[in-house]
Amino acid sequence: MSHPQAILATVAMIASIVLSATAGDILTASAMRQIGDLDLIRAKSGLFGAAAAVVTNGRFGLGVVCLALSFFSLLFAFSHRDLSLIGPAATSLTFVTNALAAKFFLRENVDHRRWTAAIFVCVGVALLAF
Amino acid sequence: MTRSTMTFRRYLVLAVITLTASCGDTFLSRGMKSLGPVSLAHPGALIHAIFSPWVATGIILLIGFFASYLTALSWADLTYVLPASSLGYVIMTLLAKFWLHEHVSPLRWLGVVFITAGVGFVTRGPSWTDHSHRPPPAHDEELAAEVRP
Repeated sequence: MSHPQAILATVAMIASIVLSATAGDILTASAMRQIGDLDLIRAKSGLFGAAAAVVTNGRFGLGVVCLALSFFSLLFAFSHRDLSLIGPAATSLTFVTNALAAKFFLRENVDHRRWTAAIFVCVGVALLAF
Repeated sequence: MTRSTMTFRRYLVLAVITLTASCGDTFLSRGMKSLGPVSLAHPGALIHAIFSPWVATGIILLIGFFASYLTALSWADLTYVLPASSLGYVIMTLLAKFWLHEHVSPLRWLGVVFITAGVGFVTRGPSWTDHSHRPPPAHDEELAAEVRP
């Protein structure tokens, strides 16, 4: 896989997975925050009530579209490259982009502990590619 | 405001996320390897792949993952759920080595140590941080009090 075109193709495959997965994660997390505690909703309205609250949320629908895009990009990448390369590389980068996006879009308090955890997991997942 | 809303049942949800995600991805990889490379000129092959047994089983596992993932996101931050469920990558590496017979080098085992440390860091902290527009999620005992007649 040392040919420049092959490297570029791998980078493009990983980038499409990371970008669509980050958009999907942020949109679904934001939707779940908008909907509220599912345990509480299920206790009040039952399982179908909880499911209805989720699937009728527009932001959730948009998130699912992004996650579906990420899923097909992942399938495509798996058909060309090893699981042990695509899996770790795509997911480790998604950790960093998700932490940044959660801080700026979801206003989560990403403190030192969470940054340290994200960096440790990111480095660890990247090492899995070797 | 930061607080931990974690209970045994919620840790169980994190465990389900971890197992279904890693097994689902491994099944997908196994299925796509048996089907061979998909050409960009024939993207319809991806739709065909969905109906192969390995990929279909992988998708069922990933649906289970998605349901538990959404549940977790309703009572914990995204930046808590993602690292806390990352032990799945360790399981994925073990499955890649022992089932798919991929090579796992010493550096990959070092990666496993880093991931485990990262999981340790985040799970010792709060699962929920300040969100000004809604109250923090309930503990199980608060939930029971809420629905009690």
